[in-house]
Amino acid sequence: MLFKDYDPLKKKQLQILDPKGKIVNPDLEPKIKKEELLKMYKTMALGRVADIKALQYQRQGRMLTYPPNKGQEATQVGAISALEPTDWLSPAFRELNMFLYRGVSLETLYLYWYGNEWGNHMPKDSYVLPVNVIIGSQVTHAAGLAYASKVLKKNQVALATIGDGGTSHGEFYEGLNFAASYDAPLVVVIQNNQYAISTPRKKATKAETLAQKAVAFGIPGIQVDGNDILAMYVATKTAAEHARSGKGPVLIEAVTYRLGAHTTSDDPTIYRSNDEVAEWEKKDPLIRFKKYLIDKGYWSEEEDKKLEEENNTFVGESFKNVEKTGDADLLDIFKYTYKEMTSQLEEQYQEMKSFLEKGGK
Amino acid sequence: MAVLTLLDAINQALDQKMAEDERVVVYGEDTGFEGGVFRVTAGLQKKYGEARVFDTPIAEAAITGSAIGMAINGLIPVAEIQFDGFVFPGMTEIVTHMARFRNRTRGAFGLPIVIRFPVGGGIRALEHHSESLETLLGHIPGLKVVIPSTPYDAKGLLVSAIEDPDPVIFMEPKRIYRAGKQEVPEDIYRIPLGKAKVVKEGKDVTVVAWGAIVREVEKAMKLLEEDNISVELIDLRTINPIDEETILNSVKKTGRFVVVQEAVKTYGPGAELISIVNGKAFLHLEAAPARVTGWDITVPLAKGENYHFVQPERIAAQIKKTAKF
Repeated sequence: MLFKDYDPLKKKQLQILDPKGKIVNPDLEPKIKKEELLKMYKTMALGRVADIKALQYQRQGRMLTYPPNKGQEATQVGAISALEPTDWLSPAFRELNMFLYRGVSLETLYLYWYGNEWGNHMPKDSYVLPVNVIIGSQVTHAAGLAYASKVLKKNQVALATIGDGGTSHGEFYEGLNFAASYDAPLVVVIQNNQYAISTPRKKATKAETLAQKAVAFGIPGIQVDGNDILAMYVATKTAAEHARSGKGPVLIEAVTYRLGAHTTSDDPTIYRSNDEVAEWEKKDPLIRFKKYLIDKGYWSEEEDKKLEEENNTFVGESFKNVEKTGDADLLDIFKYTYKEMTSQLEEQYQEMKSFLEKGGK
Repeated sequence: MAVLTLLDAINQALDQKMAEDERVVVYGEDTGFEGGVFRVTAGLQKKYGEARVFDTPIAEAAITGSAIGMAINGLIPVAEIQFDGFVFPGMTEIVTHMARFRNRTRGAFGLPIVIRFPVGGGIRALEHHSESLETLLGHIPGLKVVIPSTPYDAKGLLVSAIEDPDPVIFMEPKRIYRAGKQEVPEDIYRIPLGKAKVVKEGKDVTVVAWGAIVREVEKAMKLLEEDNISVELIDLRTINPIDEETILNSVKKTGRFVVVQEAVKTYGPGAELISIVNGKAFLHLEAAPARVTGWDITVPLAKGENYHFVQPERIAAQIKKTAKF
């Protein structure tokens, strides 16, 4: 029903919780338990602090290039929390909150942006693929995860996330078409944060919405207020049920906004106005979700203040631990190219090792 | 023992691995119902069903990219690319992800994947259907690259490739798919990856080749019979990793080295092998190592292709030159 009501060609956008924190679509308000709602909120709150501090560390020259998530927390947490814990996530690179929700430690996540591949060593039971920098390609990986789930009867859904910019990429189309051909259980969430680095969404495609691209795949699509965590949760939950039941993929367009820069190397003031950013700040996903929780009697400003302090301390300690790791081990950079080092690699490793042991002579 | 073509031997390896291991899936463009344009996978869909042997949309990035997800989620994908030149739209996944996933995740995700495709010229085909891509793929850390030259090797190498914990590019020399038959044991067997084979022992010149070119060297050796030049012919079988030991042992014996490749010349495996020989058997050399290769041009269409391919006469001429250096 949801997908019929919100057929992308009808140009409707799903919203349940408005920017002021009011329920505007009471029929669709999900029944989520208090503990779960608080887990969702706490993940977003931690993500927000981790994000802001990462930026500071980078500015201090202590962290490498980092892609901020600020503003997109509801899209991320709303989607991931609607899945089963054994459903797969095939992310791009701006999914900090999704990783956190799945229990990947902040130290691990920071370690990656600190410049060490161990930061992509995802725990087996987290069912997340590593950070993926090649735009759009994660959709075909997710199609393969979904296909395997179907053949091996694992009952898992694969969720791929992609940016609005990523929908210009061939693998977005190839992956969705591939999965749809076999009714493989794939859900794709587009984090439409309005810009592909500096290129606005409207310059990258003539399509009025990104959700309507679903029509050509022969699958349901839906446009959602991506700053509304309840709408994201409901849309993703419905999509996952659809996919899991054997009906094939679903495409979700989450309309959100990147309040920060593309990465720490980007200066967004070149391509967008302060007024525009200010408008979106009013729609901050954390503000409305907090209001909702307080109205429900699940949360308070005092608890919120305390949480922020705890998060600040926790994030600071996490990063200190990351900084203690120092440089990578020489063996590490050779050892994982293959399961077992080839004789050529073994020889190269020994050559470098002995060079270093002789003091670089 | 059955007498099989190289194509039949590949089909048998796929069949036996699919029977033995339910995780193995075989797919590609026209690979399922039709059995592929060369019929390499003929009969498999009927035997193992559409879920495990299937046709895909014409989308090479989806073929190679989905293999990554399948491998992570418990399958062993053996994906077919229809022709060598069609691998390029799928190269993005092979190079940027497949080869790197184990390293990127520090061992969390290894990818047991085989990407098979026909390679090389000699069937008077259209553009993009006659490419020798061992240089490009052999250059990528994280991939293993295999090219068999006989039915017996094709079966044993493919079984090993499917059982390998890392992605293997399995190149099939299309020119000899049906060119010869050989006794191939019915039982499943394995030939280790990364081991070359001494096809014929000799004492004057070491010649290394692989795939369809091994036969061209054998033809060249016939031309040389009257010249009294004894060639030691080595079939490299695996482009990456390289079996340096077999090559070096031979060169230390003969003191002369020629490498023959159909791939275009510059930066090719020939250069790599010569560099290894120079670096590790320099004092044993009695002649400058040499290579016979395709030229640095786009593979010509049928009317011009014979100038490009390494003909037995050209190989024989170089061997003679090296022997008399």
